[in-house]
Amino acid sequence: MVRYIIRRLLQLIPVFFGTTFLIYYLVWRLPGDPFAAMCGDRGCPPAYVATMRAKFNMDDPILIQYFKYLGKLVQGDFGTTYQGLSVGKQMAMAYPTTVKLAVIALLIEALIGIAAGMYTGLKGGGFLDNLVLISTLFLISLPVFVTGFVLQIVFGFQLGIIDVTVPPSAPIGSLIAPAFALASLSMAYVTRLTRASILENKRADYVRTAVAKGLKPNRVVGVHLLRNSVIPVLTFLGTDLGALMGGAIVTEGIFNIKGIGNLVYRAIFFKESVTVVGVVTLLVVVYLLMNLLVDLLYAVLDPRIRYE
Amino acid sequence: MGKIRKVAVVAAALSAALVMAGCGSGTDAGNAESKISIWGGEPQNPLVPGNTTEAYGSKVVRSMFTGLTQYDPATYKSKDAMAEKIDIKEGSKVFDITIKKGWKFHDGTEVKAKNFVDAWNYTAFGPNGQGGASFLQAVDGYDATNAKDSTVKELKGLKVVSDYEFTVTMAKPFAIFPQFLGYVTFSPLPDSFFKDPKAFEAKPIGNGPFKFVSRVPNANIELTRYDEYQGADKPHFKDLDVKVYSSQEAAYTDLVAGNLDYMDTIPSTGLNGDKYKTDLPDRNGEINSPIIQTLQFPTYDERYKSPDLRKAISKAINRPQITEKIFNNARVPLYGWVGPSISGYTDNQCGDNCKYDPAAAKQLLEKSGFKGKIEISTNGDGGHGPWIEAVCNDIKNNLGLDCAFVPVPTFSEVLAKEKAKQMTALFRQGWIADYPSIENFLRQLYETGAGNNYSGYSNPAFDAKLKEADQKPNETEANKAYQEAEKMIANDMPSIPLWFQKTQSGWSPRLSNVRTALWAELDLSTVTVTG
Amino acid sequence: MSEPTIASQVEVRHVEAIVGESPSAEAPQQKPDKADKPRSLWSDAWYDLRRRPLFIVASALIALVLLMVLVPQLFTSADPYYADLARSKQLPSANAWFGYDVQGHDMFSRTIYASRASVIVGLLATLFTVLVGGAAGMISGFYGGLLDAVMSRIADVFFGLPFILGGIIILTTFRSDSPTLAEAMLVLVGTIAMLSWPVAMRITRSAAITVKQQDYVKAARALGASDGRIIVRHMLPNCLAPMMVYATIALGAFIGAEATLSYLGIGLPPGTISWGVMINDAKDYIRVAPHMLIFPAAFLTTTVLAFVMLGDVVRQALDPKLR
Repeated sequence: MVRYIIRRLLQLIPVFFGTTFLIYYLVWRLPGDPFAAMCGDRGCPPAYVATMRAKFNMDDPILIQYFKYLGKLVQGDFGTTYQGLSVGKQMAMAYPTTVKLAVIALLIEALIGIAAGMYTGLKGGGFLDNLVLISTLFLISLPVFVTGFVLQIVFGFQLGIIDVTVPPSAPIGSLIAPAFALASLSMAYVTRLTRASILENKRADYVRTAVAKGLKPNRVVGVHLLRNSVIPVLTFLGTDLGALMGGAIVTEGIFNIKGIGNLVYRAIFFKESVTVVGVVTLLVVVYLLMNLLVDLLYAVLDPRIRYE
Repeated sequence: MGKIRKVAVVAAALSAALVMAGCGSGTDAGNAESKISIWGGEPQNPLVPGNTTEAYGSKVVRSMFTGLTQYDPATYKSKDAMAEKIDIKEGSKVFDITIKKGWKFHDGTEVKAKNFVDAWNYTAFGPNGQGGASFLQAVDGYDATNAKDSTVKELKGLKVVSDYEFTVTMAKPFAIFPQFLGYVTFSPLPDSFFKDPKAFEAKPIGNGPFKFVSRVPNANIELTRYDEYQGADKPHFKDLDVKVYSSQEAAYTDLVAGNLDYMDTIPSTGLNGDKYKTDLPDRNGEINSPIIQTLQFPTYDERYKSPDLRKAISKAINRPQITEKIFNNARVPLYGWVGPSISGYTDNQCGDNCKYDPAAAKQLLEKSGFKGKIEISTNGDGGHGPWIEAVCNDIKNNLGLDCAFVPVPTFSEVLAKEKAKQMTALFRQGWIADYPSIENFLRQLYETGAGNNYSGYSNPAFDAKLKEADQKPNETEANKAYQEAEKMIANDMPSIPLWFQKTQSGWSPRLSNVRTALWAELDLSTVTVTG
Repeated sequence: MSEPTIASQVEVRHVEAIVGESPSAEAPQQKPDKADKPRSLWSDAWYDLRRRPLFIVASALIALVLLMVLVPQLFTSADPYYADLARSKQLPSANAWFGYDVQGHDMFSRTIYASRASVIVGLLATLFTVLVGGAAGMISGFYGGLLDAVMSRIADVFFGLPFILGGIIILTTFRSDSPTLAEAMLVLVGTIAMLSWPVAMRITRSAAITVKQQDYVKAARALGASDGRIIVRHMLPNCLAPMMVYATIALGAFIGAEATLSYLGIGLPPGTISWGVMINDAKDYIRVAPHMLIFPAAFLTTTVLAFVMLGDVVRQALDPKLR
């Protein structure tokens, strides 16, 4: 197990280099002048541009620029933006909001998804089952910006039930609606996964055995069926948390949430390579670590899986 | 996700006339200890006046610093602020400036003449890379100081005479220099700035009505009233919170929901169908901005040589319909080359050539013999798509020519091409007056070889007319001559006038005495707040 | 099995989660008697599919969409490019079933013609993803070792990039001044494929690894079959079923991705008619002219729904466990 973890962690190293370089290269290639929007429509004086270019090593060849950046990065220095702000600090400020949003979204999809999946899986067939099935398909087909808009306009504007935008401190109450928009897709997945998993396990030998030896139906469902059915769901939720923590550019934009997605979107707009590379690196590492955790979790939950 | 607001030109726009936004009740003194939140964007540079030229940063810096002069929010006239007097000498070549005594920076140090001189020197010095340097380019010695690897740290033209007096010598006579002094770039900087610029960036120290409290990047900037402020424009409330939004739409929803007190622009979600008037009943205003939009022809391109073609296109565009349907009347058709409420403006200088008449347009087109496709180009990130598409549809439907919008990703890229005269398509040109005179609209844009003459228009008779107007003894007669010159443009049509802008604003029920300054910002000195 | 399959299982599960299982799987299974010889997986699946109502609905919808793509003239005689500003934002009426947009285009005609760009982008992106990812996965799974390690790490780089974020970065980087429609589509298709191929790769890779260890493959190799032959004869057919399932779902998802990216203003260029571009155009008018949003959004959702439903039933038909 330890050897496995070490190997997986070692595998992250080339991925880390690959990602940082790829993003660095792409942002470096972005067309246009990063100083275009910085001095109004008059444009910036040449001396200003020259100073800034020197400050951000922009006249070096791409590889040298990249290694200079990397050298600082491994020391934990994410660099400063063109506005002279620390990228690390900005990320530290934005990330908790994104994590908060991700966790709320996860809770929503887990609670509703598992409940709906369990209900339909156990009952099986019938009108409600079909209704859930169709509505999950519908949720999957709905782009998130449509869901977000509808929630904001109907519940925020027309009915005034929810906050239309999220204040910078991002209180939990105001995050519920955006989290719902964000979670709707995965909620549909969780429902279907739970349902499928329950149906599969219902026919499994151990359930038949349990029934055959006369256990009460409640006990069969509660102890045997649910515990085993929930394994794939939990691992899915784990992977999804990794994806959710990658920020939600669209949702954060609609609800004005100052999360990591918002930060990186702005940075792309202003061609602020340091911020983009810093944020994306963080996101990719978090995502891959989450994947590793999920794999380990899987092994812990399912005794049939062992890692060498 | 919404467009991030295209940073507006903060060129030297001076005293134009104004239309005041609807004023509040006026008698309510309000609560002097409360807080106002206003819409803003993320400043693009550290909050140092000499490095701030774009709109978002200027909004914050302007409330923290007070320069020698200020622009009157209502008349746009330049008036003395920190300046006691400005003496003009040697035929506008030397300006002798005396400043008021007893003004203090927020850190308690007194504002002296050297604080101005040092600040301007710092801004002009090339290696400091300050974005506002070009505002000082008329000062003697600028070229030497501003060179990329310059070692000349001080402008030759700046001399400290005493603690409260200094002189500015220009490279050549420059009569309108005092008009520029209200720009944030010309603000003084405290001694502590020069000791540690980094610390200053983290906590800027100004001499204006508000002092810096805190800043959360990409979220907000908090300011509070500076009680020892000496200027006349003291605010009637305590705290100012400049909130940064990721999109105007998000800010607008907050404004309607009462989470934001003031917004100096209304996004299209609110403008369309005049929704903002019902969303914000009695809490909205509209002013004419001295900003005009024109469509320029690259006259250096053989294909666009014929004035008949250019007139045909002008007559094929249904301006009132586009301003109504696309802009929801936030733009007003323009039938001349000068912005409204500018000295020397007269209506309908373009005359018949701007009158919508598809049949006549078609005839003119046939006369010109033009065949092929019309393309209209500008920056793709400025939200110009819809009106260009509408103009194109007019050209398609009325002239039978194929027409397309060719966006260039950013404004800087398209500007570079325009300057280099490499355009192969028609292009948009927006213009704000540097100073409120017809002369500025004509000379800068249409005189042979002028700095912003991107169409390449050249007409000796026009140039001569401008010179003639320059010699006139008074403004009225000069304007008359300039108007004759404007008529000549109408005859040649190197550019097509389209429309001028209006700016809308909205505010929360908490605010009274709301006045929108001409540069489309809340006048912080008059507004009062309850609750 | 030692290591990396788990990660791939997670991803495959992700896809499985999309489709789950339909209630009709619970329906009593009638084993047809008339079939004498054992049928193949495919004909079995086909037999099964034909009797599912969901399959029929999905196929009918898809056929309709394809018809719109191929001969939009059948549905409307109005020119989708002709605009008359005078009728700007007019509501649906007998003349124009879906009303007019801001520029005064006929919305019905435009919505129909928009299917073309949307569906073509979806189809091409799926094709690229499946081909690139499938080939990469097969080679990786078959040869294993260093090659597998290197390719898997490369895939991880793209896999870890959040989809929308990666899409924005790649699209803004490769944006040209004034792309033709074909160029813009190609860049968009390339971007989607670049961000999605690792998923396809993981699916085929784990299938390839499983197949490689089967006795009949070992036998074939012992008999001297070449690598190429083993890949084509044994691995390819075994990877086809999961790929089919993935492809149908991905197709729906990619049509949605085009809409999302165009909605953000970086997908297809303005002036193109696609559902995403139309929704992007509509978003500023959502309160005055909601029909501008509703119709393209409804067509988009229905089309995606049709493909996802198809993927759903195809998966059930192909998965012996659920039969």
